[in-house]
Amino acid sequence: MELNASLSLVRPEVILSFSALGLLLVAAWREQAGRLISILAVTALGAAAAFVINFMMNGTNLSAFDGLLVNDAFGNFSKILIFIAAAISLMIAPRFLENAGAMRAEYPVLILLSCVGMGVMVSATDLISLYIGLELQSLSAYVLASFVRSDGRSAEAGLKYFVLGALASGMLLFGASLVYGFAGSTSFAAIGAAMDTEVGLGLIFGIVFILSGLAFKISAAPFHMWTPDVYEGAPTPVTAFFASAPKVAAMALTIRIVLEAFGSQILVWQQIIIAVALMSIIIGAVGAIGQQNLKRLMAYSSINNVGFILIGLATGTEQGISAMLVYLVIYVAMTLGSFACLMQLKDKDGGYREEFADISGLSKTRPALAAALAIFMFSLAGIPPLFGFWGKLVVFNAAVAAGLLPLAVIGITASVIGAFYYLKVVKVMYFDDAADVIVESDDKVLVWTGGLLAAANSPLGYFAIPALGIWTAYAARALF
Amino acid sequence: MNAAEFPMLSIMLAIPVVAAAICLFVRAELARIIALSATLLNLVLGVMLWLYYDPAGAQWQFTESASLFGPIGWRLGIDGISLTLIMLSVFLMPICIGASWTSIQKRVGEYMAAFLLMETLMIGVFAAQDLLLFYIFFEAGLIPMYLIIGIWGGQDRIYASYKFFLYTLLGSLVMLIAMLWMIQFAGTADIPTLLNTDFPAEAQKWLWFAFFASFAVKMPMWPVHTWLPDAHVQAPTAGSVILAGVLLKMGGYGFLRFSLPMFPEASADFIPLVFGLSMVAVVYTSLVALVQQDMKKLIAYSSVAHMAIVTVGLFTFNQQGIEGAIIVMLSHGLVSGALFLCVGVIYDRLHTREISRYGGLSVNMPKYALLFMLFTMASVGLPGTSGFVGEFLSLAGAYKVSTWATFIATTGIILGAGYMLYLYRRIAFGPQVNADAAAMSDVNGREMWLLAPIAVVVLWMGVYPETFLAPIRRDVATIVARIERAAPVGDSKLKLVDPTTARYRVVHGPEKNVAEGSH
Repeated sequence: MELNASLSLVRPEVILSFSALGLLLVAAWREQAGRLISILAVTALGAAAAFVINFMMNGTNLSAFDGLLVNDAFGNFSKILIFIAAAISLMIAPRFLENAGAMRAEYPVLILLSCVGMGVMVSATDLISLYIGLELQSLSAYVLASFVRSDGRSAEAGLKYFVLGALASGMLLFGASLVYGFAGSTSFAAIGAAMDTEVGLGLIFGIVFILSGLAFKISAAPFHMWTPDVYEGAPTPVTAFFASAPKVAAMALTIRIVLEAFGSQILVWQQIIIAVALMSIIIGAVGAIGQQNLKRLMAYSSINNVGFILIGLATGTEQGISAMLVYLVIYVAMTLGSFACLMQLKDKDGGYREEFADISGLSKTRPALAAALAIFMFSLAGIPPLFGFWGKLVVFNAAVAAGLLPLAVIGITASVIGAFYYLKVVKVMYFDDAADVIVESDDKVLVWTGGLLAAANSPLGYFAIPALGIWTAYAARALF
Repeated sequence: MNAAEFPMLSIMLAIPVVAAAICLFVRAELARIIALSATLLNLVLGVMLWLYYDPAGAQWQFTESASLFGPIGWRLGIDGISLTLIMLSVFLMPICIGASWTSIQKRVGEYMAAFLLMETLMIGVFAAQDLLLFYIFFEAGLIPMYLIIGIWGGQDRIYASYKFFLYTLLGSLVMLIAMLWMIQFAGTADIPTLLNTDFPAEAQKWLWFAFFASFAVKMPMWPVHTWLPDAHVQAPTAGSVILAGVLLKMGGYGFLRFSLPMFPEASADFIPLVFGLSMVAVVYTSLVALVQQDMKKLIAYSSVAHMAIVTVGLFTFNQQGIEGAIIVMLSHGLVSGALFLCVGVIYDRLHTREISRYGGLSVNMPKYALLFMLFTMASVGLPGTSGFVGEFLSLAGAYKVSTWATFIATTGIILGAGYMLYLYRRIAFGPQVNADAAAMSDVNGREMWLLAPIAVVVLWMGVYPETFLAPIRRDVATIVARIERAAPVGDSKLKLVDPTTARYRVVHGPEKNVAEGSH
């Protein structure tokens, strides 16, 4: 295929790469222009998203660069979600980072580069391009985690993330080399064809290692241990970013490699996915119970949610993938909204608070903020009539349709454990005496983001169900 | 008015939501008035619903259908059974608001909003014709109730609110999986269609258990009743009224709407289980009620015992039993609600629920003592009150199936008389040992307005139950006809063909219509 044709299929990534490089140049001269560069970065994301939407509307389904990447509905759907999540992460960040003295121009640039990486991840159809995308995303993320250099916790989070991330990359590469050795190719299609005929022990080892590496990236148990530390240590806007866009990208990548490369041998990977899903649900739920720090709580919550999302993958059906995408959309809205609320927890000296004790009796002093946070918590717990319920429902529906009844029953029963700690947040805010440390937030962007996402998670979100159903089904069909 | 086109049920669902949203933003006095107006308006609409409901018309009336939410169909509609339970809800709601008029002083707007949302969800449960919509309404009720218990409750409110929430959630989630399976199997979530779907006998067992897990907790049946005394005792008065009055009826409604007609074979197979648990509940919880020192706890345990009679009645598979169970549900909704209000009246004055702190109230509170006596008698099941009609019918129905179960369930009435009369004696009669209790003033105008309407309906239902039986008779007959194929063989060996059941199963003819409740 012509280089030009290939390049035209990756226009969104090209735009983002050049924007990132251009903005880096601007940053070289205007060191303090973080806010301006953030706005330009959001514009670049919007432009990239416009191209992605255009591809999606045209129903493009072409591969580029001799089968290294593909431009299909599934990848494009994931990209839209990633770009939106990244744009929101950019918008909520400036004031927080300014307060921490770290609103430097590199922040939006790193997010853009990370988005390029994620764009490659979700459209990779080859182990090589997969690894390149993953590393581009991860390297940006390591830097972002330690972005507030003056804060010891942030530096620690970055280092931890880097060391463990390198370990995961190593496992992934080891798995990839085994798969290459036994299948004779790095292309997903060729691996899939090789697996049609025979699955040797070496290949199974390779698959296990690849899935382990990916489980680390999506913070699924038993490779979740970095999540609470990194989430707690990283600056809150960065944590919001980690919990949303890269999760979508890594999840989409996992879906694609599992279905396109290993898809023909469902028995090989299905039990791994089921085990990982159940462990994530249970560890995410149980681990959260004792937490005092709200960001750590959100970390366990994300582990828990990843478990529910993986139930959709365990089905290996089109319906299951579509359900995962629905859940991912709702999950991104819930997570970003929760973090937008948590970032409003500021005391009168301007310091950020993130402990349970600080939100005690919040409903008396800041009723709107408490109500929004309560909506997110009930939504994360999957209690109807909040929108989070719909995500759980479609995933479990797919599991039931695929005949995975025991998985569905165990998973849904374990969600009661999760409900316990979400309820605890509501309990502390509504039932306990007011601690009165949190003052009115002066950041209008945060207030509006939190409020709008809370509205989306309220029963009003149900009006989006038909459209969401159509688009996710369309995206999922591209993989089958 | 054209009943077919006027979206009456949607309006009844919307009014409380709108009022709740307003209540959040206004000051306390206005919030009370808005809440009362909204609930009274819904009561008026409920009465219109009743008047326009045609007992001989289509099985599902006031139907609405809109596909706003993709797979979740906004399908509403009621039959006679739903109608009576919706009436119960809209009747109790203004009373709840009135009961909280002065006793709730903190965060009034939020309190009223929670109650109004509760009303929407209760009506929604009884009116939903889509399985998923039903589940959403059924489960969503946990959130406002959790807040009501947790924010405005008593000493141990946090423990009680958690227990209520998690217990009920665990029960319901398994039901959700069963519902998803049913929707896959039948290809639709439409309840009227599912009512006529025959599920394979093997699958029925699992589905039945999944539904049982949810409804048994909600009902509540022994041994999963333990959340109820905690929740009742800790909830504010109006919260207890709604819990006992309507929320517990969702369990019975669920058995009637789902378990019986959708899984008749499984229901028949599990009769021994249901009867067994109910018999234990009747005797055990009655005995527990006998030794309670806390008034609310006593009434809470008596609720479990009464609900056990409902489960016995429902699983008799015959007309009388099921009609009786429905009447017990309605009657218990009114009577236990009223009893909680009676407790609330004296609790507001003395701020204790301990029985021994009162005594001889008939001297200084004669009107109160009279009303309290009426509700005590109704709870015991004295002829002339609503309690008698329901209990008699359900036990008469149960006798056809199992004489032993009936025998043991009937002891519940004797024990019920025991604990209720003992309670009444300790509170209203005897010497006035406590000076502060003796100085309490009689019921005031507001409290009279709360209790008197319930007293009237309790007597009405006891004296002329036909008003309440007429709308449900045909729908119960439909259920009986549906489950007849699995009906158990009774051990009472009745010689005669039962004239009542035989008559109502045929098409409505010119024959003389004898009120069934007037046995």
